[in-house]
Amino acid sequence: MPINFEHNDFIKGVGDGLEGIAKNVMRPISREVDEGEHVREPVEYFKTMWDILKAMGGGAAASPVMGAKEGGDKRKRTGNVLSIVFVEKLAYGDCGMYLSTPMPLLGGAAVGAAGTAEQKTKFLKRFGEGEPKWAAMAITEPGTGSDAGAITTTATPDGPDHYLLNGEKIFVTAGKRAVVDSEGFVVVWATVDKSAGRAGIKSFVVDHHTPGMTVVKTEHKHGIRCSDTAVIVFENCRVPKENVLGDPEVKVAKTTEGFKGAMATFDATRPPVAASAVGVGRAALEALEEKLAAKGVKLPYGKAPNKLTARERDVMLMQAKVKASWLLTVQASWMADMGEPNNLEASICKCKAGRDMVWVCQKAVELMGPEGYSRKELFEKWMRDSKIGDIYEGTQQIQKLVVARRIFDYGRDELA
Amino acid sequence: MFSFDPTEEQKLIIDTARELARKEMAPAAKDADEAAKLPEGFLDRAWELGLAAAAIPAAFNGSDMPRSAVTGALMLEELGAGDLSMALALLTPSAFAYPIVDYGTDGQKEKYLPLCTGASFPKVSVALVEPSMDFDAMALETRAKKSADGYVLNGSKCFVPNGSTAEHFLIYAREGDAEGFENVQAFIVPRGAAGLTVSAKEKNMGVHALDSVELTLKDVKVPANDKVGGDKGVDYERIASYSRIALSALALGVARASYEHSVTYAKERKTFGKPIGTRQSIAFIVADMRIELDGARLLVWEAAWHLDKGEKATKESYLAKLVADEMALKVCDEAVMVMGGHGFIRENPVERWLRNARGFATFDGIALV
Repeated sequence: MPINFEHNDFIKGVGDGLEGIAKNVMRPISREVDEGEHVREPVEYFKTMWDILKAMGGGAAASPVMGAKEGGDKRKRTGNVLSIVFVEKLAYGDCGMYLSTPMPLLGGAAVGAAGTAEQKTKFLKRFGEGEPKWAAMAITEPGTGSDAGAITTTATPDGPDHYLLNGEKIFVTAGKRAVVDSEGFVVVWATVDKSAGRAGIKSFVVDHHTPGMTVVKTEHKHGIRCSDTAVIVFENCRVPKENVLGDPEVKVAKTTEGFKGAMATFDATRPPVAASAVGVGRAALEALEEKLAAKGVKLPYGKAPNKLTARERDVMLMQAKVKASWLLTVQASWMADMGEPNNLEASICKCKAGRDMVWVCQKAVELMGPEGYSRKELFEKWMRDSKIGDIYEGTQQIQKLVVARRIFDYGRDELA
Repeated sequence: MFSFDPTEEQKLIIDTARELARKEMAPAAKDADEAAKLPEGFLDRAWELGLAAAAIPAAFNGSDMPRSAVTGALMLEELGAGDLSMALALLTPSAFAYPIVDYGTDGQKEKYLPLCTGASFPKVSVALVEPSMDFDAMALETRAKKSADGYVLNGSKCFVPNGSTAEHFLIYAREGDAEGFENVQAFIVPRGAAGLTVSAKEKNMGVHALDSVELTLKDVKVPANDKVGGDKGVDYERIASYSRIALSALALGVARASYEHSVTYAKERKTFGKPIGTRQSIAFIVADMRIELDGARLLVWEAAWHLDKGEKATKESYLAKLVADEMALKVCDEAVMVMGGHGFIRENPVERWLRNARGFATFDGIALV
């Protein structure tokens, strides 16, 4: 298929529907749930999305980051592109609320990517029935961030059929909603053998309300305040062996295949995170454009660029950055759909979208002046929300590290 | 649905252009720049490949290639990566011929298109840019006033490519007083026209090998027949989009050459016993070059795709060029930094690329896809 910049009709239709939810369900309560951090739950949004996702079959079908596993004629695959459209539209509505969507999200992606058929049924079926549920992913610890291989949470055998988890996990998105507020689960990274390094790290699915698991805190954050970010402590938390994703044994050769597999899921999850950043940037840009249009300001496309006013140039660069970030995100996702390796492109789009949307949102506040700084409007909120896109799923700097390793063909030992 | 794969035909054109860039352009670029002269015979040899002005219909003895801005953008990135002076010189016939293909009267097509379909390189040129800090294509200072039997042109032009040898110039002028694209019209003026003065070769910061000149027009009479498109004229807004895409694609090429040079150099050059590419201070710079290059490329492709769909693509191509110009300058600047002092020495290509890249802020209308 030749170079083309248009979605197919199905994706366009889904996108239009989601944009409607963004405008009609999310925006009206966006300010309220931001100010009411930890208190004002976006129940209207929960209900809307849960009903839709349940009707779609919940579970695997409802996890947008699972497109990579799609079968069929690869030239017609669009699962990854569909998932970034889903994310961008909802983040355009409200990024914090998008991150609070009752669906499998990252925890579900881990089960989908590494789980057996039985595990998928056991853990994902619940997303098609009953009350809203969440799934979370617990990797980061107080002492480890992007160096996920250095985690210290332990899993020690307890009898033939169980493990005991001990340790503390931070930055667990939707952690409280997954294991306290609903009948969801959290996927926890823990080491079964510290001497094995990264080869000893396994993923454990810990079900809601499992004894020994305590949500000790939800963070107060700069932005995406609607999204719950939990600190979860595990004290002799007993988990059945069948909840270990993939092979529970530590290979004698101590390969890092399992760890690499976990890191490879970032190739599928970085474009959606880039898409969430683009959604926030587009929200700020479009709101600014509306304000300018209401004032009768027209942007003089075609004029000699050295004669543009500072404001004209700023808005134009905002438009270009939003578009370029989005197109890079689509390209990385399209590559995943085509079955092409996209490690480099996934990091390129995440780096660019994360960084540039922060700039875009900061500019929007600046250009709006006092109205931008005021909490009466959403500009200042978008600026706060945008910053997470530059951080989560690997900071801008981590993305540059990945990009540089790929273009120089260096391993982690040569460029750290 | 979205797709980022060039067609088989496009891949062939990319390969042809890349081969020309690697074998003929890049190796000769330094000497050409120093001598301020294109390599002997380059234009005739490159012309034979049929890359430039290829979308002239068969009825006028042209190559009859489908006109596609996307294809043009893909090709021009390759040529830009070879050498900008040579690329601009080679593409000049397209900038002369395509407005005639798109808007010319039958008489104009029959008379002027054969100038661009012969075996040897066409002696034609195009004049849009004016020698003033106030230059703006939407508000040209070169005026065309209607007279009893045609038009009278007054004004001055600069950055007129292949100007020393051109026999015909396509000159853009403002018709009427109002600003805006609708009043930008094109006139074909022969070299010998009374009142037309052609300067000696210009001396610019970059693109030294490009033979560009200034034109002075003093009451130059143009017959009504030689206003492109006759009474209907041309749609300059659309021509401007073709131009922005062409120039942005060339900018991508110059930036890509700088980026690729930096990757190679940073892997070879060692300090304190290790390649500088293994240090974040350099690695992150090169990573950023790649990120911004890839982003700008998609803006250019998308604008070209809109244009190919029949839209004017004014906003899309304008944003693409705004970004591509700055990206190219920044990437070329960083390529000099990666080499440090060596980057400042003319033996290495990066300082030339930096000088060339700055030009994109000024270049306008001299290349079309």
